[in-house]
Amino acid sequence: MSDLRELYQQVILDHHKRPRNHRKLEDANRTAEGFNPLCGDHVYLYLRLEDGVVRDIGFEGTGCAISTASASMMTESLKGKTEAEVRALFDKFHDLVTGKSAADADPASMGKLAVFAGVREYPVRVKCATLAWHTLRAALEQQKEAVATE
Amino acid sequence: MNAAGSTLTTHRDRRIPPFDVARVRRDFPILGQKVHGKPLVYLDNAATTQKPQTVLDAILRYYTQDCSNIHRGVHLLSERATQSYEDSRSRVKRFIHAADEKEIIFVRGTTEAINLVSQSYGRKHVGPGDEVLISAMEHHSNIVPWQLLCQESRATLRIIPMNDRGELLLDAYEKMLGPRTRIVAVTHVSNSLGTVNPVRRMAELAHRWNACVLVDGAQAVQHIMVDVRELDCDFYAFSGHKIYGPTGVGILYGKTKLLEAMPPYQGGGDMISSVTFERTTYNKLPHKFEAGTPNVEAGIALGAAIEYVEALGLDKIADYEHELLAYATEAISKIDGVRIVGTAREKASVLSFVLEGIHPHDVGTILDQEGIAIRTGHHCAQPVMEFFKIPATARASLAFYNTRQEIDALAAGIRKVLEVFR
Repeated sequence: MSDLRELYQQVILDHHKRPRNHRKLEDANRTAEGFNPLCGDHVYLYLRLEDGVVRDIGFEGTGCAISTASASMMTESLKGKTEAEVRALFDKFHDLVTGKSAADADPASMGKLAVFAGVREYPVRVKCATLAWHTLRAALEQQKEAVATE
Repeated sequence: MNAAGSTLTTHRDRRIPPFDVARVRRDFPILGQKVHGKPLVYLDNAATTQKPQTVLDAILRYYTQDCSNIHRGVHLLSERATQSYEDSRSRVKRFIHAADEKEIIFVRGTTEAINLVSQSYGRKHVGPGDEVLISAMEHHSNIVPWQLLCQESRATLRIIPMNDRGELLLDAYEKMLGPRTRIVAVTHVSNSLGTVNPVRRMAELAHRWNACVLVDGAQAVQHIMVDVRELDCDFYAFSGHKIYGPTGVGILYGKTKLLEAMPPYQGGGDMISSVTFERTTYNKLPHKFEAGTPNVEAGIALGAAIEYVEALGLDKIADYEHELLAYATEAISKIDGVRIVGTAREKASVLSFVLEGIHPHDVGTILDQEGIAIRTGHHCAQPVMEFFKIPATARASLAFYNTRQEIDALAAGIRKVLEVFR
């Protein structure tokens, strides 16, 4: 159970049950769709970007606890951030869940997102945690094609 | 002993498994291991089955004693390998009760078998305005090849509907058939729902319109006795690795008359009688459809797998699995918050379920920590998921080496999932 609790931390379960910013943004100027064909996770991301700053962000979709919580916590962490800051956070998050920064990362700099460090012990679940983030990047780049985490 | 006691004894006797599961399990070396410190509970048999020692021995024997190419060597090794390979073909023929060895084509798996039929038979017989019928519960491998064919031939792909239990609607099917129906392709047992379809009746109805019938037997041959002549299907496809054999080999059965009239699927060595730059004469059946060096060891080992299944007896296997599925269905459905997906009256092996508010992927990860291997996802049957308005299911699929204790472990694992998510 202790191992599982590393993955399914209370924060994650809470965001799964009550996802934040779980709504469509009517005035979004960046949107993207992402899906994980293997497990059926599906996310739509809505972003309002003004002067290079994330003013508002929301998401819809269906997914597992990890992907839903990741999307929810991602939206919380991005409001008010510049595009450059968002991209930097994408890289840090990616390193965090893939374990690339296992030894030297400073989890504190990730804020609440550090709870996703447990995902690295479950390689097949990494794409669940990163789906929303990949979709975010696609939205920033105004990619037309849906993102698939394969 | 009083009357009640003796009744109880009789009742128990009837429930004794028809074969010794503990002994059977010892034939499968992989089953003895631990996963995350817990005994492995392998319930992903619809994805692939484990292999008995005799199958592993057959592979090793080929590589340590007989390794050579088949159908061409004059030397002893090639002779032995060819003999083993062809013995395997004969065994498959007897196993599915085909009329002749030449009706048994070795392919890579069910997927290739279906593609072969759609590309060779389909291209020849399906034209603009024609119709191909498949069912609402097909695996992607029995959908996409027909979509490709229909796009290319400007034909229409039509879907035989099903009810909420996951049973095909035969009345609707009968009405869909007509003079434009060229092919009916249907699964014998659904990989996502476990439904056993009435393929014999379906073939009979299709034949009234001279339509050709392909049965996808990937989830059937390992669970129920198949007699292709009794079913009267025109083609029957299955995979070796789902019937305790190796990956990379499968079987396409086809009626001789149809196979003989079909153009080759792939060109190459072994499928020819003579080649000049002007003209090639094709080899006779079954070799016409077997271009190139096949997966020799897998073909041989498939024979060993079928031999193993036959020694246990498919009737005994079916009885035991049927009882185990009933036990599992009861054990799982009485857990609060669980919904079984696929409740057909005729089912084999498959128990698909969803937990309220919990994604199957999370279920799969937590069960894995308990040593329990199940499949989670859409099972390559996205239209089925769409029908039931769910993104995915968790699927436990049983084999004869599974036990009641393993089902109990699964039930306990599901309760643990609920606990984590409470």
